[in-house]
Amino acid sequence: MVQLTLPKNSKIRTGKTWPKPEGATNVRKFSIYRWNPDDGDNPRVDTYFIDMDKCGPMVLDALIKIKNEIDPTLTFRRSCREGICGSCAMNIDGINTLACIYGLDEIEGEVKIYPLPHMPVVKDLIPDLTHFYAQHASIMPWLETKTNRPAKEWKQSIEDRKKLDGLYECVMCASCSTACPSYWWNGDRYLGPAALLHAYRWIIDSRDEATGERLDQLEDPFKLYRCHTIMNCTKTCPKGLNPAKAIAEIKKMMVERRI
Amino acid sequence: MSFMTDRKRAIGWGAAKSGTEHFWSMKKSSIALLILIPLFVFTFGGILGASYEEVLIYYARPFPAIVAALTLIVGFKHFNDGFQVLIEDYVHGVWEKIIILGMTCVSYGAAAIGVFAIARLAL
Repeated sequence: MVQLTLPKNSKIRTGKTWPKPEGATNVRKFSIYRWNPDDGDNPRVDTYFIDMDKCGPMVLDALIKIKNEIDPTLTFRRSCREGICGSCAMNIDGINTLACIYGLDEIEGEVKIYPLPHMPVVKDLIPDLTHFYAQHASIMPWLETKTNRPAKEWKQSIEDRKKLDGLYECVMCASCSTACPSYWWNGDRYLGPAALLHAYRWIIDSRDEATGERLDQLEDPFKLYRCHTIMNCTKTCPKGLNPAKAIAEIKKMMVERRI
Repeated sequence: MSFMTDRKRAIGWGAAKSGTEHFWSMKKSSIALLILIPLFVFTFGGILGASYEEVLIYYARPFPAIVAALTLIVGFKHFNDGFQVLIEDYVHGVWEKIIILGMTCVSYGAAAIGVFAIARLAL
């Protein structure tokens, strides 16, 4: 049954408020979720103040500044700082997005930063994405062929290649899946928008010869049909992709191969 | 505690090879209701507030009686299918099966009662 309240040891408490930077005139408040599995305490929200005149324009710049200059224990994932690796996905100002490409000027007032919702937390802003990645692996995210390998390459027309646009760009940041209420309630069985977008990317690849098997693997009330076209995935995708449309296309194919 | 691999956990029992029929059935009933509901409102609304004798005569005509019967049958089928999705979303374990069974009985029971009532008026 759906759990409507957090367990006692998951209730978020008010944490430490760090001092404001001295002499700064352009100060901004950051409220950041903190949880350390080693201290046994409940999660808390710490408050930091940053001199914005000495900070970069993106949320990730602010996080790095906090870690470097205020609180080195603050933990988060980051790598490419340009929206390609998908590491720094987190819930910023109520939206799942990438901290590296989300501008601080897009947020009014206090900046609230939490880990991606409804995922187990490893520490602070780091969610455990093990199951998410295993679901991605389960849709066979590679080219499946039965024909003998051609001498040069698997050819693809320009038109067929264009069908992959809006799909191949997904960086697997998990913003969409963790914004999906269906994934929150049934994430153990529902594949979620990210894995389904990738599934569709391989289903419509003109070179792939396992289209039928791929559709067979998705034909399930939970793996695919938990999507109720809520569209949170499309709204939140930091890369501007449309996983809801990809899922709808899979559903259309499922019907079309029957009638 | 179980030492299942992540991949095994993600694959689960594999695909049930069902779901499309349910999805397509709901789409079909949605479109049918898109036509039936306005027709039902139009026909039922026209006779609302009339005397018993007038309603008897009205529903003895085939069109309003067939529209009402179809609306009830398709409406309750659609309700039952939609409710099943709702329960599958939020309730798991033995209660999921019990509620789905119960609501199926209620849906088809209500449709049968409605059709019987219309048949009595019409025939």
